[in-house]
Amino acid sequence: SLSRQTARSVSVDLNNDASLLIDIPDALCERDKVKFTVHTKTTLSCFQKLDFSVPRQHEDFIWLHDTLVETEDYAGLIIPPAPPKPDFESPREKMHKLGEGEATMTKEEYSKMKQELEAEYLAVFKKTVQVHEVFLQRLSSHPILSKDRNFQIFLEYDQDLSVRRKNAKETFGSFFKNMVKSADEVIISGIKEVDDFFEQEKTFLLDYSSKIKDSTAKAEKMTRSHKNVADDYIHISATLSSLSVDDNTKVEGRVASDEELKLTELLRYYMRDIQAAKDLLYRRARALADYENSNKALDKARLKSKDMAQAEEHQQQCLQKFDKLSESGKRELTSFKGRRVVAFRKNLIEMAELEIKHAKNNMALLQGCIELLKSN
Amino acid sequence: MAAEMEPPPLGNAGETDFRELEDGEDLFVSTVTTLEYPEPSSPEPASLPAEDISINSNGPKQKDVSFDDDPEDLFAEATEEVSLDSPEREPILSDGPSPAITPVTPTTMLTPRMDLGARCRIEEDNNGDTFDIHIAVSDPEKVGDGMNAYMGYKVTTKTSMTIFNKNETTVRRRFSDFLGLHSKLASKYLHIGYIVPPAPEKSIVGMTKVKVGKEDLSSAEFVEKRRSALERYLMRTVKHPVLLKDPDVIMFLESSELPRAVSTQALSGAGILRMVNKAADAVNKMTIKMNESDAWFEEKHQQFENLDLQLRKLHASVESLVCHRKELSVNTASFAKSAAMLGNSEDHTALSRALSQLAEVEEKIDRLHQDQAYADFYLFSELLGDYVRLITAVKSVFDQRMKTWSKWQDTQLLLQKKRESEAKLQFANKPDKLQQAKDEIKELEGKVEQGEKDFELISKTIRKEVSRFEKERVKDFKAVIIKYLESLVQTQQQLIKYWEAFLPEAKAIA
Repeated sequence: SLSRQTARSVSVDLNNDASLLIDIPDALCERDKVKFTVHTKTTLSCFQKLDFSVPRQHEDFIWLHDTLVETEDYAGLIIPPAPPKPDFESPREKMHKLGEGEATMTKEEYSKMKQELEAEYLAVFKKTVQVHEVFLQRLSSHPILSKDRNFQIFLEYDQDLSVRRKNAKETFGSFFKNMVKSADEVIISGIKEVDDFFEQEKTFLLDYSSKIKDSTAKAEKMTRSHKNVADDYIHISATLSSLSVDDNTKVEGRVASDEELKLTELLRYYMRDIQAAKDLLYRRARALADYENSNKALDKARLKSKDMAQAEEHQQQCLQKFDKLSESGKRELTSFKGRRVVAFRKNLIEMAELEIKHAKNNMALLQGCIELLKSN
Repeated sequence: MAAEMEPPPLGNAGETDFRELEDGEDLFVSTVTTLEYPEPSSPEPASLPAEDISINSNGPKQKDVSFDDDPEDLFAEATEEVSLDSPEREPILSDGPSPAITPVTPTTMLTPRMDLGARCRIEEDNNGDTFDIHIAVSDPEKVGDGMNAYMGYKVTTKTSMTIFNKNETTVRRRFSDFLGLHSKLASKYLHIGYIVPPAPEKSIVGMTKVKVGKEDLSSAEFVEKRRSALERYLMRTVKHPVLLKDPDVIMFLESSELPRAVSTQALSGAGILRMVNKAADAVNKMTIKMNESDAWFEEKHQQFENLDLQLRKLHASVESLVCHRKELSVNTASFAKSAAMLGNSEDHTALSRALSQLAEVEEKIDRLHQDQAYADFYLFSELLGDYVRLITAVKSVFDQRMKTWSKWQDTQLLLQKKRESEAKLQFANKPDKLQQAKDEIKELEGKVEQGEKDFELISKTIRKEVSRFEKERVKDFKAVIIKYLESLVQTQQQLIKYWEAFLPEAKAIA
């Protein structure tokens, strides 16, 4: 179980509106499944209570995300990216390896390694809670999405959601989602853009998307290497102390886990967020394509003097939809940029401060060791 | 080339009284061109102090452990030795035969020292000299071409100790010279219980690259690794109070020319002989079942087995660390580039700038990692490698003791057999044979006595050596670890600087 004291999020300006406050104060990890306690405090009349909590699983979040994506009315919005599945694979595998290698280590070494692994486990745990929390907070701070009926059900429904989930799957299918994934880039880049704003956004998002993917991957690699170095130090300090020379303590270990939390998480989150923004562009591009197709259909109808009224209406609908998407999209993308800049700023500052703090701690530790050795 | 070696001055006014007394020794050293000089006989420590502390005592500063548990006793034994027949040298040398050395039984050379024996005290830093010597190995230079090429190194010795001719000497040596030195020292001292520091390892792959002229990073690293190892080897050797005075060592450090040590080549006849001897030793070790009466040896033997294991483990961990650190460096550089690209792509100006700054910081950190890896390696890993090899030398010294014991026991058995056959001959009425038997018995009795003395002496020597070794080990490790920790501190300081410089950039994002 985990109690959260401070809220650390990769997104900012969330959870400030007192009319609807959401957090995940508690989470329980059972084998593979994580049970989140979603806590809501609200003054809104659409809810039955003012302060309540419900247990939720990861799959419930995915259900919520998918229903939002598949809601036509929200086509012009950036739907906050779904939280990734809790992945304890890495620490679990390491724990397994540690168990196998227990015989080759001293008791002290083993317990240190175990401690580190437990810390890593905890870090993964914290991360997953955080990312699920941010998802909900993005929704609650969005003027339109916060009013979504399914969102309210998610927050309030005190029974198991899995029944609803199964029904929903049958109703919506994943047709739309699949389409989005496969045709993405081609359609967006192929569109003939009349609007400068979207032209710029498109260019920017496509480029940025690939760059941030790359940076995320490289950051992950870097922090993994850092972890390896930290692990080596554990083995070394354990052996050194058994040689009764001195104990080097886990100087580097801490840096790895905090760095991981800050930089990599920031990049990972925005990688997904950029994808959500791209999804919006896609939907708009689809709408534009539909509109252009409807124009062609109208022309054809006029030529044949057949079903003209129908074609006209269809064309009007398409135009409306496209305009709505463009208008909403512009708003969304602008606020997205602002959000992104603020989040990067906050996280880069926190990361730098953390690095400094750790380096100072390490230095003090090391100097203490040196004094001790010299005085002997 | 190396400095010319002048004959030591006789009766030099500026010198202390030490010089006078040492003349005999020095003269001998300086005239050595062939490599004939007195071999220390088995039971004696190789070189004895020729002078008396009481004559000119600066209050010897004992930097190292005193060897003086019972100095008088040791010396008394030595005095006794001279009156016996010179004991034979053991034919099987622990580290292969050193061809240039012809065993010469010490007689005249040692006698004068014996007279002074009673007045002398054996301490670590004899001659009243404080231990003050510094050796540097530098300027690796390739000599020659192709497969006959070799690396020459400059060896500079700076010292105020009077056993040396000059305060500063520079000579050029090649790797096989070092191996030759070790070989000689090992053959002289290992079998009487001295822990002779092992020479750096040969590396056919490494050397071939150098010979072939491969001028890349790995061969430069190899040369530097070797240079550093050779330096550590020499310093360890001279830190040993007995080895320091060995004429071979002094000659190595001072003589401008050294005869080429051919027997050190891996595929030479001597090399093969060494391998055969090593195999024979291994078999012998298995068959010798020694009744260990001395718990100290049992305990120490176990301790060293443990130490060996721990050091090897530590060595492996540190090598893993070096590897991972290098990986981290590569990944950090890679991330730095990626962050720079991301910064370029970012359309918000201030954020773009900050990301570029982040990329720069990471680049600097990458270089920090590289330097740290260097420190990891040279400070830590190499030290551990040295000690793993040193422990092997310690273990072989323990084995030598076993061999000495075994020899003594065998002689005893032989004596017993001879006595039995003598008893038989008493009734056989063969006066000649009887006399012969009696003579043989007398000789064997002497040998048994000698064998026991040898055993006791080697046991005593080993105790001292082990004590000295342990103190040195702790000192060595402490010094290296302190240095290593200091390097880590520096890294942290740099990290603080870099991140503190970055912070305002991050805050400037608006």
